[in-house]
Amino acid sequence: MLPHLDAAYNLARWLMRDAAAAEDVVQEAMLRALTYFASFKGVNPRAWLLQIVRNAAYTSQGLDRGVEFVPIAATGEPGTVAEDDLVSTADDPEAVLIKARGERQARDLIAALPIELREPLVLRELEEMSYKEIAEITRTPIGTVMSRLFRARRLLAQTAARSEAT
Amino acid sequence: MTAAPECDHVLLVQAELDGELDAAQAAALLVHRAQCPICEAAAAELARARALIGQDLYHAMPEDVRGRIMAQITAAQAPRRAADSRRAASPALGWWRRWLSEWRLPAAGFGLGAACAALLAVLVVVPRPPDVAEEIVSGHIRALQPGHLEDVPSTDQHTVKPWFDGRIDFAPPVKDLAAQRFPLRGGRLDYIAGRPVAALVYQRDKHVIDLFVWPASESAARPAETTERQGYNAVHWTQDGMNLWAVSDLEAGQLREFAEDWRRSP
Repeated sequence: MLPHLDAAYNLARWLMRDAAAAEDVVQEAMLRALTYFASFKGVNPRAWLLQIVRNAAYTSQGLDRGVEFVPIAATGEPGTVAEDDLVSTADDPEAVLIKARGERQARDLIAALPIELREPLVLRELEEMSYKEIAEITRTPIGTVMSRLFRARRLLAQTAARSEAT
Repeated sequence: MTAAPECDHVLLVQAELDGELDAAQAAALLVHRAQCPICEAAAAELARARALIGQDLYHAMPEDVRGRIMAQITAAQAPRRAADSRRAASPALGWWRRWLSEWRLPAAGFGLGAACAALLAVLVVVPRPPDVAEEIVSGHIRALQPGHLEDVPSTDQHTVKPWFDGRIDFAPPVKDLAAQRFPLRGGRLDYIAGRPVAALVYQRDKHVIDLFVWPASESAARPAETTERQGYNAVHWTQDGMNLWAVSDLEAGQLREFAEDWRRSP
């Protein structure tokens, strides 16, 4: 488990967007992991730990109230893109991103993504997890993982391009 | 944001970028991309997004945080160790060692491998496979190496069958023959005769039976034929437009019985 402390912290930090809150989440997650590790029979301890970290993050203050969670209707079959999954009208993440464009920093752009887009992006790009692992960690169908990842990247690329243009 | 025209394949373009396509899917996508401006644009956009994200964005755990977390783990560990004090001192407990020592899985390299495989699939025009039975037996032996047998370990046909969705371009028939003492163990993907095929794993006592399934070129049913290669028996038949090859170290009579049970099972 200890080799994955960095992964645990990275995910917690990106989910909570705050160093102190991230540390609390990792503390909590490690205690849970310690309690259950003896009974862990899986083959992918990193994904297992990240799932615990994610649960701890979601149950901690701030995320469990649904304040910033933008629900997205699950898409249908894998391999298809639902139109409204690509163009979300709820809470308009693009508007949030445009606010952040002044910084022109990828870090700010990603941090400004709604959590359900940020989460698969961080797991894929920074943790190099497979779609299957991301689906397990986030308890989301693979098709939804794929379309969220696509939306996250599209928003990132488009906002970056726009902020370069201005 | 205006709703750009979309194409069903953009998620596959992304999957290729992420190294999630197998060789056959990647080759098919190449053909599609050559004539789809939407997918080309999506590929450029995805590449731009990826280029924005560097490993400098990774939040490694700061040393002071690590120190506090380790102290917490040690403290939480103390009661356990006390309870287990008859064993050797401190972190020598088996599970504790496992906790410390399991290592990071190699994640990179897969993308490169997929790309090479895609290239091979395009460049190599498979002539006519010399001997399918030989390939079947090799596939079976390869799968018997530890950890290679099942990609989806499950005794439930309703778990195994959907697992193949999206991984393969046909829906393999999955039957459970537990009642005939050939319980289903799981399934995986394999490559036979230059194409991806479904491999269903069954068991009779200690013997593993692989059943390879892929669509047949002619729809007429063919009766079972038994062959033998390198001490393994193989039974081949076609049924409902599918090529079926059962292979096992099971004795030929019992393997034929498996094939017969499978054929009759609804």
